[in-house]
Amino acid sequence: MSLWSRLKPAFWDQSQDQPTQIINYRRLWKSTFGAAVGVALLPVILLGIINYYQFEEQHQLQRAELDHEVQRVIYKTRVSLAYFLEERRSALAYIVRAYSLPELGDSRHLARIFANLKGAFGGFVDLGLITSDGLQKAYVGPYALEGKDYRDQEWYKEVLLRGFHVSDVFMGHRNFPHFVIAVKHECDTCGYYILRATIDTARLNELIATMRLRPSADAFIINDSGVLQTSSRMHGQILSQFSHPLPPPLEQDQVVQAKSAGGLPLILGFARIEGSPFTLVMVEQPSLVLARWGLLRINIILLVLASVIAILVVIWRGTTNLVSRLYDADLRRQAVLHQIEYTNKLASIGRLAAGVAHEINNPLAIINEKAGLLKDLITGRDDSPYKERFLASVGSIQNSVKRVSAITHRLLGFARHFSVKIEIIDLELLIEEVLGFLGKEAEYRNVTITTQAQPGMPTIESDRGQLQQVFLNILNNALSAVAQGPNQPGRIEISIHTQADGQAVVAIADNGQGIAPENLERVFEPFFTTKGEQGTGLGLSITYGIVRKLGGQVMVESQLGRGTTFRVVMPLRKTPASANPQAANGQGLGASGGQ
Amino acid sequence: MRVLLVDDEEELVTTLSERLALRDIDSDWATSGEEGLRLALASHYDWVVLDLKMPGMGGLETLRIIKRQRPDTQVMVLTGHSAEDEYEAVMRAGASHYLLKPLDVDDLIAKMQA
Repeated sequence: MSLWSRLKPAFWDQSQDQPTQIINYRRLWKSTFGAAVGVALLPVILLGIINYYQFEEQHQLQRAELDHEVQRVIYKTRVSLAYFLEERRSALAYIVRAYSLPELGDSRHLARIFANLKGAFGGFVDLGLITSDGLQKAYVGPYALEGKDYRDQEWYKEVLLRGFHVSDVFMGHRNFPHFVIAVKHECDTCGYYILRATIDTARLNELIATMRLRPSADAFIINDSGVLQTSSRMHGQILSQFSHPLPPPLEQDQVVQAKSAGGLPLILGFARIEGSPFTLVMVEQPSLVLARWGLLRINIILLVLASVIAILVVIWRGTTNLVSRLYDADLRRQAVLHQIEYTNKLASIGRLAAGVAHEINNPLAIINEKAGLLKDLITGRDDSPYKERFLASVGSIQNSVKRVSAITHRLLGFARHFSVKIEIIDLELLIEEVLGFLGKEAEYRNVTITTQAQPGMPTIESDRGQLQQVFLNILNNALSAVAQGPNQPGRIEISIHTQADGQAVVAIADNGQGIAPENLERVFEPFFTTKGEQGTGLGLSITYGIVRKLGGQVMVESQLGRGTTFRVVMPLRKTPASANPQAANGQGLGASGGQ
Repeated sequence: MRVLLVDDEEELVTTLSERLALRDIDSDWATSGEEGLRLALASHYDWVVLDLKMPGMGGLETLRIIKRQRPDTQVMVLTGHSAEDEYEAVMRAGASHYLLKPLDVDDLIAKMQA
């Protein structure tokens, strides 16, 4: 069974063309549902849209603020780094100017200068003097570099050209990262010489650490080739290659948007440190910084979705409930209208039958009395040769009178019950009375009707006329079903007994055509009929209404092609819940129904 | 026992009267409520057998007057048309029996003699 077929309201597939049905329930449901959904969801959707745009605006502002923050941080750190380098370059420039070549060329003197330098400025590892012949004249430091020839090295040539040099970071002999600052000095008497110092990159790391970055951010230094000059937490070890392409060299700091290898957005800040091959790089992950914004967005979306679902469910149920109640009330109204119409017709037929019976009974009484008189007269005379034949003829007349009389009395018996009256009823006798009407019909249709009553079956308190109509309707349907059924000869078995809880049961089982499963649950619905033009669809619905009114129950079981069993269960003692004479005017002279 | 038969069907009352006579029961008959009432009040009858639906004075009215003026006279009502409310009205007015047509004369006599 599909979800829709389970959710579908009962009125959805009902025919809308009943002449007495004044409302198209499907249309009513749609319009009510649509209006309610529109009114309820419009504010939510508007709120969601407004919220979405406000959120987007705030998100963009936050993104922009993040860009500014990256720009601000790299600017400040670049200035610190540039100052750090400039400070050390200036210190070397001061030394090279303040001391003469012989002083600097004296290793002991140079060692004192180096000691003072280390005391005043941190980070210096060694200090050496290189004369114009390219040879290291004096050296103070951990290595034996005195006499080393630097003439062919690139940095030497650059110093000669620019007057100073700041090298890339390299590992050196002791395998720790450091870089070189070299300063050239020219004098009139000695040509030129170069003071060269090695600086530990630990000081660069300390300066980067002062940036106090978020856990989502990373900062490090790269050279012009993109090789990391300091270690990075997230983008590789020192001297490894930075994976992102570098921006074209510009004087100003740059902030660019990029994507990580995993596709996450990144903010990259580049700040070139003037007078060095170094570029400060800062990497920020906005998705982590703005994660709570994303979470807020998801929460808002979930809240809106949950609200929409809740509204739809509530409106669905409310609308369905409301329209179903209207539909049920309309069905009841139609059923009552048709029952009134139907019972009024039956009442007219009943009155007509009573009138006919009256008109027949009077001449019948005369025929009866005349025949009786003839019988009286001939009985007193025993000499007539025709006496026997005469008496036989009179007897035949009187028997015929009795038969007609029985018919008219039955007609009057049914016509008599115009009001609900509770009386003691023997169900077996009641069924016999009803069968009295159907005997000829059953004989004509070659249907055998058998009645089996439980010995000592108790009487019940109920309305005789109403019950007569109930059983007449069911038996009429059974006769029709048997006549059209595949099982011949037709058979109807009536069982009268009590069930476990003491209530009386009249089960009427036929071997007729049976009822299709899809029709079985609808046989008691008003206007439901399988007889086409010949059925009104009211017989069984009236039957159902009467039985319920009298405090009983009527149930049906059927197998297609095998037959149908109606079970009427009645309480033994019952006062009708409402004795409405208008609604209870069942006369029982006609029957129609679902089979 | 004297019996008065009142019915607008003359054939019925005359035949019934004759059958009663054959059983040694003395009876008179009338074909209207007015005539029946006059006879009932003029002399004594043990039983009045009264049709309910008659032109002019109906059986119920005749019954009420007879029972008011001759309370010792017993009345048996005959009808061709039985109805619940009619039955109750007749019994409340003092009728002893309420019988449906056609009737059995021996049953009628048995009820009178009971």
